[in-house]
Amino acid sequence: MSEHHNEHTHITPFKTHLLILGALIVLTIVTVAITWTNLGVWNTTAAMVIAGLKGTLVLFYFMHLKFDQKIYRVMVLLVLAVFAAVLILTFFDYLNR
Amino acid sequence: MPENTHGHPEPSYLEYQGKHKGLKAWIFSTDHKRIGLLYLYTILTFFGIGLLIGLLMKLELIAPGQTIMGPDTYNRFFTLHGVIMIFVVVIPGLPAVFGNFVMPIQIGAPDVAFPRLNLLSWWIYILGILLVLSSLLTGGGAPDTGWTFYAPYSFETGTNMLPAVLGAFTLGFSSILTGLNFIVTIHRMRAPGMSWFKMPLFPWALYGTGWIQLLATPVVGITLLMIVAERTLGIGFFDPDLGGDPILYQHLFWIYSHPAVYIMILPAMGAISEILPAFARKTIFGYRAIVISTLMIAFVGYFVWGHHMFTSGMSGTALYTFSLLTFIVAIPSAIKVFNWISTLHKASINVQTPFYWAISFIFVFMVGGLTGLILGSLATDVHVHDTAFVVGHFHYIVFGGTGFAFLGAMHYWFPKIYGRMYNARRANLGWLIFFIGFNALYSPMFYLGVAGMARRYYDYLPEFHSGNIISSIGAYVMATGLVIIVVNLILGARRGEKAEANPWGGKTLEWSVPSPPPLENFEKIPVVTREPYDYSA
Ligand SMILES: [Cu+2]
Repeated sequence: MSEHHNEHTHITPFKTHLLILGALIVLTIVTVAITWTNLGVWNTTAAMVIAGLKGTLVLFYFMHLKFDQKIYRVMVLLVLAVFAAVLILTFFDYLNR
Repeated sequence: MPENTHGHPEPSYLEYQGKHKGLKAWIFSTDHKRIGLLYLYTILTFFGIGLLIGLLMKLELIAPGQTIMGPDTYNRFFTLHGVIMIFVVVIPGLPAVFGNFVMPIQIGAPDVAFPRLNLLSWWIYILGILLVLSSLLTGGGAPDTGWTFYAPYSFETGTNMLPAVLGAFTLGFSSILTGLNFIVTIHRMRAPGMSWFKMPLFPWALYGTGWIQLLATPVVGITLLMIVAERTLGIGFFDPDLGGDPILYQHLFWIYSHPAVYIMILPAMGAISEILPAFARKTIFGYRAIVISTLMIAFVGYFVWGHHMFTSGMSGTALYTFSLLTFIVAIPSAIKVFNWISTLHKASINVQTPFYWAISFIFVFMVGGLTGLILGSLATDVHVHDTAFVVGHFHYIVFGGTGFAFLGAMHYWFPKIYGRMYNARRANLGWLIFFIGFNALYSPMFYLGVAGMARRYYDYLPEFHSGNIISSIGAYVMATGLVIIVVNLILGARRGEKAEANPWGGKTLEWSVPSPPPLENFEKIPVVTREPYDYSA
């Protein structure tokens, strides 16, 4: 294998990591808190939106998607689109029973 | 890394001496070709076991009433037959064997991107098999739920569910690793000049398959873990007694298992797309249309799983949505069939064994596909659901599709793999007997199903007797053909004539290297300038 390194190895500052960690903890607390109120089907929606937000933060900062080539962002986006479509299709059943 | 012995021909991958000897030189080899053969031998062994179970079931069904086994044994047999054939044989099937062996050579690469991960996936595969088999020897014995492990019965049966479920879970990991490896290999390791649209169609099919393996398999993994959590911790996911929903299990199971059908059939279509131009001796018709239909199948295939659940009590909106989507996914498959037929138009065909397999593939695949439309439309499905009709359709697609393509690929790439040739007349005879037996075995099931014979019973009403006699005899005829084929291939590998580098006049890169290929395939990585099926020169 050739010794080919990415010319731009991005180093994220420590502070950013801490900020993201804080955001993840806050969002987790919100996820738990939201179960105390009864929003009907919107409970699931809210949980999914928050989880999606957390996932995005992890992908973009911890997994360096933000600093990588665009093609990876497209790939991840496509995968998430497929996943979302599968969820929506499942709810075609549950919301119409 | 081996020393390149300039001036001397490099030893083939079969003769190459690494740091291990004997069996160890195989089971610790990271050479994609040896790993492909490891998969081949494992898959053939378990195919033999699955086939034997199938033959015993057909013997039971040769007459009404109990013939050789009771209902309990029969239930366990069809479960084992399904689990072995689906998870151990056809899902790894073509990608693990021919994908491993041929794909890196076809794209002009010395190996896959992660050779060690490749070996690991075989080891995980073996571990999964051992887990599945352990269910036979421990606890309540082999499970009797069918390969789908449907809730809520899977929680109530006293048989040994957990090892089988964990085995399927482990086998899934092997599949994910293979898919990941192939995606990266195809993205990163194509030879210089091989743009995406200069890549042969088999790697294209594996690329689509890789994405399905990567994205769909985790769903079944999670589902199987949910079963484990429900059975051991009492968390209610699927069991109504615990507040769960059994239909959720069916959703999750089929969100994986429908795309899994495309894990089985896409590489099969890819292999057929290689064989046909080689024997029609002209370029494939509609190369781009085939590529796009591969990607379309891989994509739309995620959204049709509900067609397995038309009688489960799903909502009406979901029913017709899934039915519509199912009809849409039939379009790209039909596009491929039209392109294959058009490839043969006005060709001067070189009629050889792989060609027989390829055209019979198109026939059985079309029978399977068209009967699938009967199951995909809501009204007719209600009538034939859970009857022998489904078994007939399924075997025409999965055994007819994947099996015929596998045997076709075996006869096509055999000289490349072993550097020797099999006896062509015996191979053709084997194919003919197999083809007749196959149709005698599965076509009566369509009639039996429409007439109302339920599947998964060891017994049936007397009026179904004649159809079952034909079907059972067909099974044994087919097995006879298979014995001829396998014996012929073994003899060919041992003492067949030496094969040339390119016995069929193929144009893809694997035919440009010696048979069998050297350790790292190419002395010098080729530069690709031409289309993959350029027969003009
Ligand atoms: Cu399906």
